[in-house]
Amino acid sequence: MPINFIYPEFEIVRDESQCIRCRACERQCANEVHGYDSERNAMESDELKCVNCHRCVLLCPTRALKIIRTDHTFRENANWNEDAIKEIYMQAGSGGVLLSSMGNPKNYPVYWDKILINASQVTNPPIDPLREPMETKTFLGKKPEKIGRSDDGTLKVNTSPQLELELPVMFSAMSYGSISYNAHESMARAAQSLGTYYNTGEGGLHEDFYKYGKNTIVQVASGRFGVYLDYLNAGAAIEIKMGQGAKPGIGGHLPGAKIVGDIAKTRMIPEGSDAISPAPHHDIYSIEDLRQLVYSLKEATQNKKPVIVKVAAVHNIAAIASGIARSGADIIAIDGFRGGTGAAPTRIRDNVGIPIELALASVDTRLRDEGIRSSVSLVAGGSIRNSADVVKAIALGADAVYIATGAMLALGCHLCRNCQSGKCNWGIATQRPDLVKRLNPELGHQRLINLLNAWKHEIKEMMGGMGINSIEALKGNRLMLRGVGLNEKELEILGIMHAGD
Amino acid sequence: MLKREGEVRIPSGCAVAGLFSKDGKSISGETIIRAMTVMHDRSNGLGGGFAGYGIYPQYKDYYAFHVFYESASAREECEKYINEMYEVINLSKIPVKKSPKITNEPLIWRYFISPDHNRLRDSQLDEKEYVVRTVVHINTQMDGAYVFSSGKNMGVFKAVGFPEDVGEFYRLDEYEGYSWTAHGRYPTNTPGWWGGAHPFAMLDYSIVHNGEISSYDANRRYIEMFGYKCTLLTDTEVITYIIDYLVRRTGLTLEETASVIAAPFWSTIEGRSEGERERLTYLRNTFSSLLITGPFSILLGFDGGMMALNDRLKLRSMVVGEKDDMVYIASEECALRVMEPSIERVWAPKGGEPVIVRLNRKNGDS
Repeated sequence: MPINFIYPEFEIVRDESQCIRCRACERQCANEVHGYDSERNAMESDELKCVNCHRCVLLCPTRALKIIRTDHTFRENANWNEDAIKEIYMQAGSGGVLLSSMGNPKNYPVYWDKILINASQVTNPPIDPLREPMETKTFLGKKPEKIGRSDDGTLKVNTSPQLELELPVMFSAMSYGSISYNAHESMARAAQSLGTYYNTGEGGLHEDFYKYGKNTIVQVASGRFGVYLDYLNAGAAIEIKMGQGAKPGIGGHLPGAKIVGDIAKTRMIPEGSDAISPAPHHDIYSIEDLRQLVYSLKEATQNKKPVIVKVAAVHNIAAIASGIARSGADIIAIDGFRGGTGAAPTRIRDNVGIPIELALASVDTRLRDEGIRSSVSLVAGGSIRNSADVVKAIALGADAVYIATGAMLALGCHLCRNCQSGKCNWGIATQRPDLVKRLNPELGHQRLINLLNAWKHEIKEMMGGMGINSIEALKGNRLMLRGVGLNEKELEILGIMHAGD
Repeated sequence: MLKREGEVRIPSGCAVAGLFSKDGKSISGETIIRAMTVMHDRSNGLGGGFAGYGIYPQYKDYYAFHVFYESASAREECEKYINEMYEVINLSKIPVKKSPKITNEPLIWRYFISPDHNRLRDSQLDEKEYVVRTVVHINTQMDGAYVFSSGKNMGVFKAVGFPEDVGEFYRLDEYEGYSWTAHGRYPTNTPGWWGGAHPFAMLDYSIVHNGEISSYDANRRYIEMFGYKCTLLTDTEVITYIIDYLVRRTGLTLEETASVIAAPFWSTIEGRSEGERERLTYLRNTFSSLLITGPFSILLGFDGGMMALNDRLKLRSMVVGEKDDMVYIASEECALRVMEPSIERVWAPKGGEPVIVRLNRKNGDS
């Protein structure tokens, strides 16, 4: 047998004095880490299979388990670190492209953490959200360029179709197939209850979820899975997915093993066939082609739905966004390089794209410089982690944000980054019925509601502190931000001053 | 060295006052100075100013430019430009009364002018836009020249000092108008620059403002898309541009403008009748970036009228009183009573509810 060069990353520490051999860990672990040796009446572990998802740890009735990072090391090397070495071993063993999941975990600067928020002192009063109204309602969509009046002088309502959000946070696209039915149900019900939107992703819309259409954004991606007239008309808005922050420039691949039952039906492809989304839309090779798709979709839906164009944050994002703004799109969603994914080539996830903070700031600035900022709304995604990130994104210029990784964490995800295996122990990124049923949508949707209600409270507190009682007065209000530890160029791109200045 | 207004954003507290004769009676500037005297403690001597309407009846068809110059050469350069762009009917120094309380004065000149016909035609702009662009050109491109008043039959007078001293300095008791506004400033820094005092004016719109708006940068970055350039970084400047944009360029009424900048809360809008709900939602959504939050009380003077408006939470004091055809507005009631001791009906308008007064007689060119 050839030597396996990979040493387990984690060690499973089992407190034998606590363990009651109930074998819950064995039943819970889809990765088959745990086993039972009846001769010794002892639990055993195959640590090589462990992904550190905490399922066994949290389900162990006696808290006998913990997972620790192994202290077994390679000889220290600042250049050839552990990941670099292991990846060589893996590729030398398999000859394949390395796959990963979720967002870029590498140590790039997180600009959110280098931006600070203002508060009022003396010269104007902070506003207490417990005593005064504090408004977070947001409309997304193109604003009219000119007002019109009827003969009697009353204003004509000439607004294009809009999305109305009670809180400027939406659930970002994750397809049915990449995540489970129960995960989708949780988001759909939460979006309805919160007065916001969730996004179907590129896998079509399960027939059970058409009833949440008023709170659904239906996505049209390069594979066009599940796209037909009723689907387009089912949602409140249509999103054209041009790219994704986790893997700009490439398409997607949902393996045939996951194309089972309702997923095949919803995607409108045969069971067991691979669902491959091409890297480009093959009807969009340039901006003028995008314009045609935007208007085709509008025509198909009687101009009643705003059209979102989602792009990955790449180097030339400001010019790209400017082009999209002139292509008839109502909303541009920009996805930063830390955005999550159910599967991406590791090299792409970790090396392609730019941070959302810089992309957002430069797009907002460019659209204002060109005087077209009101003809389009901006949605920022690609690692919004908490309410402070939301406030900072809006102050940089976003109308709203997309969250996905955060929403999955709320549903139980532990960021083990093995979605591609399909063996998600938390019932999220899996289609195995025994695993899917671990995610209870009744509890799941309530956790999402809790999360966003908590964020809403925090956003109101921060707004009140700044003396702002309506979210629109925060939008693009960069004077409310200061940078710490940023260089001149970074401050210039972000359009903010340094703390103390 | 301290940074000058425009290089740094300087918050300030303030006093405002206004008076208006609906019958268009001519009232001397002395009354409004009295109002500011009793509110002395609301200013700190770092800025005061006035705007009077109907004060130049003999030149009512001409734009009256009031200009600060820091040097004779700045004046020379600016006058060359004005001569190119306009027909100059009259020019003079603005008469002042020297006083130890007002120092470091720049050169202060006044021009009655009308756009050069050919240039105006070639510009393909309407007359007002033409004037706006030349004012912006002077204020942003010419070092040491600053146009601080540019309307017809109205004028702004401002300086660094306490407002009552500024009023005396400009000899406002010698002017008569149907409408006056005044401002005393309490900045938290020492800019020492006359251009930074209030009122801030563009064409016949003049604004005096008390407050520090928290929406400032959201408003500024939005309005700058339409060719405005906020050079002073003051609230007053951006509010003036917002009103100019909404009223003159977009065609909203003053009432609609108030529903944009001090929009009713969504919860209030929901309680309105369907048509009204639709209208208010439309205004709020369409012009969402022009919502002004944070404390403010503003007095907007314009040709033939005046509007007083508080922020929607009424975080700044403002009271209104009436007597016959006169309307008085001020930060404090004492100022109303010193302007009109037998004042009737004094009330505090609600936050976000505009008080708009206009001349009774239809007097198109007053």
